[in-house]
Formats: sequence, C-alpha cells, structure tokens
Amino acid sequence: MLAQIEGSRAVAHAVARCRPEVVCTYPISPQTHIIEALGVMVKSGDLAPCEYINADSEMAAMSMAIGASAAGARAYTATASQGLLFMMEAVYNAAGLGLPIVMTLANRAIGAPINIWNDHSDAMAVRDAGWVQLFAETNQEAVDLHLLAFTLAEELSVPVMVCMDGFILTHAVERVDLPDQAQVDQLVPPFEPRQVLDCDDPVSIGAMVGPEAFTEVRYLAHARLSRALEVIPVLAERNAEVLGRASGGLVSPYRTDDADTVVVAMGSVLGTLKDVADGLRDEGTPVGVLGISCFRPFPADEIRRALERSRRVVVVEKAFSSGFGGVLSADVALALRSRSIPVDTIVAGLGGRPVRAASLRSLLIEAHHGGLDQVVFCDLQAGLVQGELDRMTARRRSGSPAENVLRDLGAVAPHGR
Amino acid sequence: MTAEPRSRVRFYQVGSFAVGNRLVGSDQRNAQSDPGRANSLTSGHRACEGCGEALGARYVLDAAMRATGGRLVAVNATGCLEVFSTPYPETSWRVAWMHSLFGNAPAVASGVAAALRVKGRSDVRVVGQAGDGGAVDIGLGCLSGLFERNDDVLFVCYDNQAYMNTGVQRSGATPPGARTATTEAVGPAPGNGFGQGKDMALIAMAHEIPYVATATVGDLFDLETKVERAMSMQGARYLHVLVPCPLGWAAAPRDTIRLARLAQQTGIFPVIEAEGGGVTGVSKIRHRVPVEEYLRLQGRYAHLFDAGGAVAAPEVVAGLQAIADRNIERYGLLGDEPDKEES
Repeated sequence: MLAQIEGSRAVAHAVARCRPEVVCTYPISPQTHIIEALGVMVKSGDLAPCEYINADSEMAAMSMAIGASAAGARAYTATASQGLLFMMEAVYNAAGLGLPIVMTLANRAIGAPINIWNDHSDAMAVRDAGWVQLFAETNQEAVDLHLLAFTLAEELSVPVMVCMDGFILTHAVERVDLPDQAQVDQLVPPFEPRQVLDCDDPVSIGAMVGPEAFTEVRYLAHARLSRALEVIPVLAERNAEVLGRASGGLVSPYRTDDADTVVVAMGSVLGTLKDVADGLRDEGTPVGVLGISCFRPFPADEIRRALERSRRVVVVEKAFSSGFGGVLSADVALALRSRSIPVDTIVAGLGGRPVRAASLRSLLIEAHHGGLDQVVFCDLQAGLVQGELDRMTARRRSGSPAENVLRDLGAVAPHGR
Repeated sequence: MTAEPRSRVRFYQVGSFAVGNRLVGSDQRNAQSDPGRANSLTSGHRACEGCGEALGARYVLDAAMRATGGRLVAVNATGCLEVFSTPYPETSWRVAWMHSLFGNAPAVASGVAAALRVKGRSDVRVVGQAGDGGAVDIGLGCLSGLFERNDDVLFVCYDNQAYMNTGVQRSGATPPGARTATTEAVGPAPGNGFGQGKDMALIAMAHEIPYVATATVGDLFDLETKVERAMSMQGARYLHVLVPCPLGWAAAPRDTIRLARLAQQTGIFPVIEAEGGGVTGVSKIRHRVPVEEYLRLQGRYAHLFDAGGAVAAPEVVAGLQAIADRNIERYGLLGDEPDKEES
C-alpha cells in the first residue's frame, strides 16, 4: 500500500506487521515517533497480542527486551544516541546471550556538547557489541529492512539493529510502499527460540564462563554473527520476490564497474553521493558509489569484489574515532589490504551538518586527482577553529569552546568581555 | 495483620522459639520439611560456610515453588548468589533461571513477566533476586520502575549490607559504623558514616505496591509465610530479607541465625509487612536486647570496643541504639506478646 508517510510511522507500521509480542519503549529523539505510533497501535488493538511497556530508562528497555526474548517472546525496542550508550551494557549482554531482539537506531550524534541531530557516532560506539548492524538509505529501505531484521535475528539467534538517519529519514514525509500483513507473514515466520526460560524444562541461562572456554564461546558468537553474511543475501532475495523491490543486501554498488574513484558510504547520504557521481560522470570523471547496507558483520569480500577495478577509494562517513580518523574507512582499508590503492576519509554531516553536494563534488574532484589529505573534515570552518585555538593559547580560562565558536559565528551575542 | 498466624501455640525449644514441624499439623509444616520440596537451589554450590543468602534463597524459592505448583521463573542479578550457584557447566538451580547483568534484574524480570502475559501464561510466575547492591544501589532505577508499573513480579533483596561478592565494599544498605573495605576502621571516624543508608522497604512502600515485607533468616517460618502471602497476590511485590554474611560481617559462621535473630530482637532490623503502602503487621520483639549484644558478635564493629571488651566508641553505639529505638517506636515492635520483657 502506497502512503505519503513520515519515516518513523512507516517503520512503526512495518514493525507492527512483524507481530512483536513485547515492545519496550523509552523516549529519545529522533526515534520517539516510532514508539508513539506503536503505542497507538497496541492501545487501539491494531497490534495484538502485544505488551507495550513504558520503561524507566533505556537500560530498562533493553533489559526488558532481554527478559521477554529469553522467555520466548518476539521483542522490539528503538533508541538513539545517548539512549544507546545508556543501555550499552545490556546491548552487549543481549548479543552474548544470543537473543534475537530487533532494535531501530535513529542515528544521532553523541554529546557533549549535547546535539540531537544526525550522525553515525552512536552506531559506531556499539560496532563491536555483537549485533548485526544494517543501514537504511531510504525510508522504503528502512521499512523493508525491519522485515528482514526479525527473520535474520531469529534464524541466527542474534540481535539486529536497523540504523536509519535521525531526522533525515525518521522525520521525512515521503512516499513509502507499506507491506501488508499477508506479505509480512510470508517473510517473517513465527518465532521459534533456540533456548527459552521454561518451567517445564528448566535451564540456567547467563552463567559465568572462565578463561578455559571464554575464547571458544566468543569465537562461536563471532562465527554465528558472521553467518549473517550468507543469510542476508538469501533473505534480501526473498524480500524482493514478495515485495517486488530490491532493498538491503550486503552492499549496493552504483556505477562502480568502470569507476576509477569509488565513494563508499552508509545511510541517507548515498542519495546525495549518487547525484554527485552522476554529475561528475557527465563531465567525464568516472566516479562510482558503493553503499554498505550491512556494516556488522562486515562484508569484506563483497566490498573487495565491488572495488576490484577502482584505483582510489574515498570513504564518506558521519563519524570518526577521536585521535585516529575514520572508522568505516579503517575497515574498508583492511578489506583492501592486498591492493595498494589509497583510501581517503571524508568526515561529513557531524551533528546534523548538511552534507552539501557542492562540497562533496569539489572534494571528490580533488580526491580523483590524488590531492586529498587522508582525513578531511567536510566544510570544516578553519577560521573558527583557529580563532578558538588562539584564544586557548592566550588564556588558560578561555571559556567553553562551544560557546566561543558560536559567538564567533554570530549565532549569539558577540564577545563582549 | 490480615492473616492469622499459622499457630497460636508456641513450642519453645532450646531457646530458639522455633516451631518444630513435627509439632504442627502437616498442612502447617513449612516447605523445607516436605520431602517433595523443590530444592530450587540444590546442594553443591560454592557459598561460604554459614552463608545467610544461600539459606534465604533456598527457602524463598522453595516456598515460591510450592505456592505456584512449580510454575516459576527466577531472574538473578550479578552477585554472590549468581556466582556461587552457577559457573557453567554446573548449576545449583532446579528452577528456570536467568542472569543478565548487575543493575538490570528487575527490568529483566519485568520483561519475562510481559512475555508470559502476552502468551497467556498467567499460571507461570516470576521471582527476581538481587543482593543489596543490585537492589538498593545499581538496580534501584529498574526496581522503582517495576514497582511503579506494578509488574507481576516478586522481587527479593537478600540484604547482607555490603558488596560482598567483590570483597566487602560499602553499599547504600551498609549500616553506620560498619567496617567495609571502602569504609575502613581507621582515622578519627572509623567505619561507615551516619546519616546514610537506604531503607528499601520504606522506599518500596512509598510506591504503594500490593505487598512489601521484611524478613530475616532467623525466622525461616516467617520468611516462607511471607513468600506464600506474596505469591497469593498479583502485581509488584517486594521482600527484603536480612541475610548475615560471615565473611563480610567478620562473624562466626555458626552465628548466622543468631545474628539474624538479634537484628530483629534489637529492633535494628524491623520485621514488618505492608500492603498498598500501609503497615499491616509487625513481628514483635519477644526479648528486647540492647544493640551492643548484636554488635559484639561482628568483627565489622570490632573498632567500637577496646581490647578489654569495653565500649570504645560510646557515641557510635548510642547512635545505633537510637536507630533501633526509632524502629521500635515507628513500628510498635514492643507489646502484645505474652512473653515480652519490658526494657
């Protein structure tokens, strides 16, 4: 069913059609519209049977999902940013226990300074937690990925996180084809847990493992997570058959076949990048784009294959590792370690900064001609930074950098002291 | 009291005031006396000699198993009880049991309860378990949420008054004056300070949940009765059980029961029941005992006495006595008992 609908509400619709039995919620922007919409569906009886719980924190929300999943119920939650960090201990625990929880992550920056807008810092912070991490490029993909997420999670007994860009996708109202119940029921079979808390067959779940077997247990979890690389393409194919459109998969190449320079990215920025690539190609510069839909487990083989003919790779990412550089680009570089081609990093879109086509275009031209620094911060206002660095050198108590930079920008009253 | 005591007849044995199972009708005997008991926490675990928590957990879960006909799921916080009972591949639990994290046991229990509700399994009940650290400190947010939502969980705190599993560090339930590894008995004010500590039973009562009770392993019959009472109700229920810890209290393992009784008889640990936020019953003090007698048995209070046994820190002992006196007054712990002694 075609609908002109907000991304969050479209995702809520898709989640509801997957028949979650326990929905654990705690509000945080920009995912809140998802859980609000689910709340309406549960209260109105549109989604039943379902227990909708207002948790007292994200830690509680994820922990309830853990308890519900261990007791054999299909469990769902959504969060973002600080919320993800607040539940982080339970995020790791859910993966360690092999519980097939599905969570939507409405990607948002992490403070301080507090910032509610989009980047990928939150997803990168739980990169190593043992969850499948899928990134949606569009709202249609966000919807379709949730169907895949529940099936994948329960097939492998691993938790799955569907990442969608906060505000850019969650709050965008656009045309989405919403799957109906019959379609979803074809794609998402009933939950058959691998292990369950059952008073008729009591087991102990979550006990201690010492050095004698910890490595093996962790290795098995790694192997199980890595199986997603085999299962995702199969599920994506089935999704495409039933829904009549391709979405998800491991990677999505765009005009990469004859591209000298390929830009790698995740999420909604791929749309802008494809436009930029089209423009550059019109001018005779052979640029392609490679979207990574599945970030964990990391599809290194598929990436290597897709970049086989490229001479230069530029990774555009909405996060970075402080004191180091790109996160995604480090992974991409490792995947390409057998080839000595440059892998540049463009850090863009931090804290909701618009990623402008014009900026990307000039950076990509520079990259194509081999002139890009290894790590570039897109649209970084060097003058502002220098001004603050000078102040910090001049005075020990130079004040809050965030405040000073904003004053210099003229967004608030200028320096008066 | 809403329920009649099980037995109006008292059988006095070896000064313990315990009611022997042999002397009451079979329907009044406790769960432990039943040869068909669940043995929910069975033998072979690694608890210390004289562990109050192992004793308490065994009685609580067996009573809950009896009350539910064996249809029970237990959720455990990280802590002594989790560690001594379950290093894989061994487990002492004969009940469906799960451990997730230290601070989230109440929320995990809420999640299990939600799953059972959505699946229409109203016959299966949930018990959450934590030590004082897991309940009154790191898990308090989740526990308060469980209370506020009135989730159908009996949450049990086995209170040994410090972080024993990590080596006896102070918790929010550590009493004033007590030595712990982070409130050492050194300096001008040795031990834990006054004016701190959380009364978790009162905090639970403030949520006006259906049932709140305190108990000790010094009166196991009372403990079982309270579990049974709790399991007869729906919604959030909280049971706070004082479980002396020979290691952390630096007390003789043989004194665990004695200390639990003294805690109740001094008034330092009031044993009460409350429904909907109001006190409905108290365990009266039969022989009022000065707090000093309770303190002397515990190495964690050794700095309050000198080498000759005289009180070395009278203001601390008086302060602890004042806490006991306040409990006695607040809950009316004296009187009505035919054998009570006026102080």
